[in-house]
Amino acid sequence: MDRRRFLKTTGLTLAAGTGVLSAPFVARAQAAPIRIGLMAPQTGVVAAGGREIIDGFSLFWESAGNQVGGRKVEIIVEDDASNPDTALQKARRLVEQAKVDMLFGNLLANTGLAVANYVKGNGTPYFIPVIAADDLTQRARIKNVIRAGGYSASQFSRPLADWALKQGYRKVAMISQDYTFGHEQCGGFAQAFTEGGGTVVGQFWHPLNTSDFSPYLGQVAGVKADVVFAMQTGADATRLIQQYASFGLKDQIPLLGSQNATDQSVIRTMGAECEGIVTSAHFAEGADLPATQTFVKTYSDKFSKIPSLYAFSHYVGAMWVAKAINAINGKVEDRDVFLDTVLKTDLPDSPLGKPVRFDDYGNPVYDVVIRKTMKNKDGKFWNVPIGGYPQVSQFWKYDPATYMKQPPYSRDFQGIKKT
Amino acid sequence: MVLLALAVLPAVLPSYQVSVVTQVLIFSVLAMSIDILAGFAGRTSLGHGAIFGVSSYVAIYWSSTLGGDIWIGIALGILAATALAGVFAALAIRTSGVYFLLLTLALGMIVWGVCLRWTAVTGGENGLRGVGRPAFIADHASFYYAVLIIVAPLTWLMWRLVHSPFGLTLRGIRDSESRMRSLGYNVPLHLFVAFVLSGFFAGVAGGLYVLFNNFVSPSTVQLSQSVSALLMAITGGVGTLLGSFVGAAAIIVLENAVSAYTARWPSVLGIAFVLIMIFAPEGVVGRARLLLARRRSRSSKPDHSGG
Repeated sequence: MDRRRFLKTTGLTLAAGTGVLSAPFVARAQAAPIRIGLMAPQTGVVAAGGREIIDGFSLFWESAGNQVGGRKVEIIVEDDASNPDTALQKARRLVEQAKVDMLFGNLLANTGLAVANYVKGNGTPYFIPVIAADDLTQRARIKNVIRAGGYSASQFSRPLADWALKQGYRKVAMISQDYTFGHEQCGGFAQAFTEGGGTVVGQFWHPLNTSDFSPYLGQVAGVKADVVFAMQTGADATRLIQQYASFGLKDQIPLLGSQNATDQSVIRTMGAECEGIVTSAHFAEGADLPATQTFVKTYSDKFSKIPSLYAFSHYVGAMWVAKAINAINGKVEDRDVFLDTVLKTDLPDSPLGKPVRFDDYGNPVYDVVIRKTMKNKDGKFWNVPIGGYPQVSQFWKYDPATYMKQPPYSRDFQGIKKT
Repeated sequence: MVLLALAVLPAVLPSYQVSVVTQVLIFSVLAMSIDILAGFAGRTSLGHGAIFGVSSYVAIYWSSTLGGDIWIGIALGILAATALAGVFAALAIRTSGVYFLLLTLALGMIVWGVCLRWTAVTGGENGLRGVGRPAFIADHASFYYAVLIIVAPLTWLMWRLVHSPFGLTLRGIRDSESRMRSLGYNVPLHLFVAFVLSGFFAGVAGGLYVLFNNFVSPSTVQLSQSVSALLMAITGGVGTLLGSFVGAAAIIVLENAVSAYTARWPSVLGIAFVLIMIFAPEGVVGRARLLLARRRSRSSKPDHSGG
């Protein structure tokens, strides 16, 4: 396919070159399709999420007729194999060989960070609807890396901490996967919670792919917390929620979670054990908003499942960037103008149902919803809004410059206020 | 002649393919370092990915986190890799066969575990990002030449090593350890030196990889890295040394070419390995040598009978 495409374009270029030598370059470039490289894990540990990235992304482009700004859109999908080295290699291939105009995607933070470091050197626009590593839009910001449709890890856990304080909870125990994504989400929660007068009575870090949570849950039960915050992705989240219920903790201590803990990719196959968990996010598939429900229905009809974070954020990310491309009439070759336009573009009509915009650092400002897992009319569990925080940026109520002087969240630094 | 062909490559290939060839050269060095042990000393190591990766980690930590000079970083990385190989060697040389394999595997896993968990230094799962290549080798073509200039003499050095009396002793150990011992050779010392030298070469490969990839994470030191480098040596032909170039080229090019067409590229690679193991267990270069030798002996037969 590549060779044929190569022959075709070479032939066309040669024909154009010999035929109309004086034809302006721009005119020819405009007629060519916009090439988008989409990197998604199709093999490896998070392959299921990768499939939904591709589904959500292509669903938008199909609905747009695979056209934007008067140009055709060509999507080249590459497998990052859930591995940063492979992701880098594929990014190089997309940029240097396939000559894409922009990159999209990746799921795991380490793959995204590797690719971000690569595009830093060559200026290729790179949109990351799932990669949540805080510093990419904070201390280590890269101009051409924009979190279209995505969020930074600690962004949503702060409003959840505030909500928990308002419910009267004062003592939190946290149980999280032991890697950066977990450290950052817990850091956001712990900092906002302790600054608001709460205390963190215990933080329990477990390795990725923990099958038996009993040692951790035993400790959680022992620290006399009045609320628990859980931060797990994928199968770990499923296991934690199941074991939390089977140890009888579900009826004793209310469970809060990060957005990914009750994402559809986790609770899709679960029953009553996941009911009533409160999380915070920019999106709730059970929100009673026409735009949201239209999207959920379209997606469910096509792929026979309720969209997950991966599918939804790539749909929104594509929509957002497409709106910007329309505004500049498809001239994505001028990268500075393109990136500036994306940052200035507001998205009023996305499946989020609420208007969204970017802050000055390439991270969106969202109306964050506090959501609870409930059973819908088809008997499936989904997240339904029970509260909200308008216009939450990645800096919460802090001044960006001051905030960025504190170290990034890690296992050792959780922003916990000393009393 | 091969060298000449390699020298003109950037003139005829697009820049991405040049970077793929650069990657092939770097991994050839790693595969050859494994071949020194596997092919000539009869010790198959599954810990070389870790040695290779430690070199990368040290170089990036020095240049990026500490803000030091990249060349000093790479030198330190190679030093660290050599030292690590010394530790591995001290623990593993008294074993052979599957025990050696398992011990190096376990040692490699320890390194991987440390890289994954020592977040403060290694960046954990997220890895470390480098500072980029120095300006004079920033573009693909000049970097390719720089790698070529380093890899060519390095290959010659390894070639000399395995064909030296020292290399012959290693082969003797491979074929019969007890005989070499009774002939008065210090077997453990020979193996130790071979392992350390092999670690040095793996470290150089790791240093070059830093310049190439500008990023290191636990996936660089994990088992699959060791396995894929070993597969390169096996595909090319264990004990042929230069076969590593063929093996590395075959695997990396196949990865790149196949993944452009199907998401099932790991399966295609897997089938390719199975076929190689069935039809050319001595590797591509090993097989070619056999065929060549057979043809030669066949064509020379009439001469003998006639004369």
